[in-house]
Amino acid sequence: MSTEVLRAPPDSYLGGHHTAGGHGAPVTGHGAGGPAPKRIVVGYGFWIFLLSDVIMFSAFFAAYSVLFKNTAGGPAAEQLFDLHNTAAETACLLASTFTCALASLAVGERSQRWTQLALLATGLLGLAFITLEVREFVSLIDRGAGPSRSAFLSSFFTLVGCHGVHVTAGLLWLGTMMAQFYAKGFRQDIRHRFLCFSLFWHALDIIWVGIFSLVYLVGTLPRELLP
Amino acid sequence: MSEHDFDAGSNVGVDRLPGAESAAGERTLGQEVRGYALGLALAVGLTAASFWVRGTDLVYGPGLALALLVLAVAQMGIHLIFFLHITTAPDNENNVLALAFGVLIVCLIVFGSLWVMEHLNHNMLPMRQLMQMQP
Repeated sequence: MSTEVLRAPPDSYLGGHHTAGGHGAPVTGHGAGGPAPKRIVVGYGFWIFLLSDVIMFSAFFAAYSVLFKNTAGGPAAEQLFDLHNTAAETACLLASTFTCALASLAVGERSQRWTQLALLATGLLGLAFITLEVREFVSLIDRGAGPSRSAFLSSFFTLVGCHGVHVTAGLLWLGTMMAQFYAKGFRQDIRHRFLCFSLFWHALDIIWVGIFSLVYLVGTLPRELLP
Repeated sequence: MSEHDFDAGSNVGVDRLPGAESAAGERTLGQEVRGYALGLALAVGLTAASFWVRGTDLVYGPGLALALLVLAVAQMGIHLIFFLHITTAPDNENNVLALAFGVLIVCLIVFGSLWVMEHLNHNMLPMRQLMQMQP
């Protein structure tokens, strides 16, 4: 085998994928502007994470849709769920998404007092949501409808419980953000963290729209009306 | 040549953060509060409509599930536009494309699972006959 093939003239590399490999050729990201600034990269990366989180939830939604008729002789959705409780939970989460948006405006105005007030309201509403959800779970388990009762209830507790875990994690994050705004002020890196938090909180509300529609409203329809 | 005026017609360099307001249209605080209030009002309206549709007998029964699905998708759209600021503006292209890919995967997972499992249920013998076939 000839070694001349391996020693190709340097020109032949220019069009290939070796250009960016670090042989002295300038790497400019996309065009003359160079790579995007860090704040764009951070926000976009968090957006990708949120979409992957939504995809994970979609698998739980699919599992619930497939399994919810498999009650194994146990109680079905229409005997278990109290739609008034669901309406109260929805109201709490919707109001908290609004106060979270107000908090982002207060951060834009650099107002410590309004930021803390809006975040406190967001946190209290989130706490109310979690309290209502835990109360519902406890009452279900008390009535013998725990996650081990049937495939339907396993998928229900997985889907709704996973959302509840996300909200709980969001509450911890929210407390951290309040402390950081208080202790460190409106520094740029902290504002970017807060932007990620508000994205997370709004995304959780979008997931909840799917849950209350599919699990609670469609799930409790009379069987003969379901497709 | 400044940072932004190269390659006229493309949007390189002015990408918008997901969740951030557009830098192009400067809006006053009052307008932003009103924007969020409008989003909240629409979301509350759609939620109320969902619960109302669930309780009423004015809607054709077998269409209820579809109506609730449509209301849910509409409300998700409202949240995306008013709270996450995902719009069709040119500086939002990357965010919208990522969202489109996410929606594609979500639809594949949910409707694909329902479709496959429905066929599996149709093609399986009832459990009693399956048990009789055991040696």
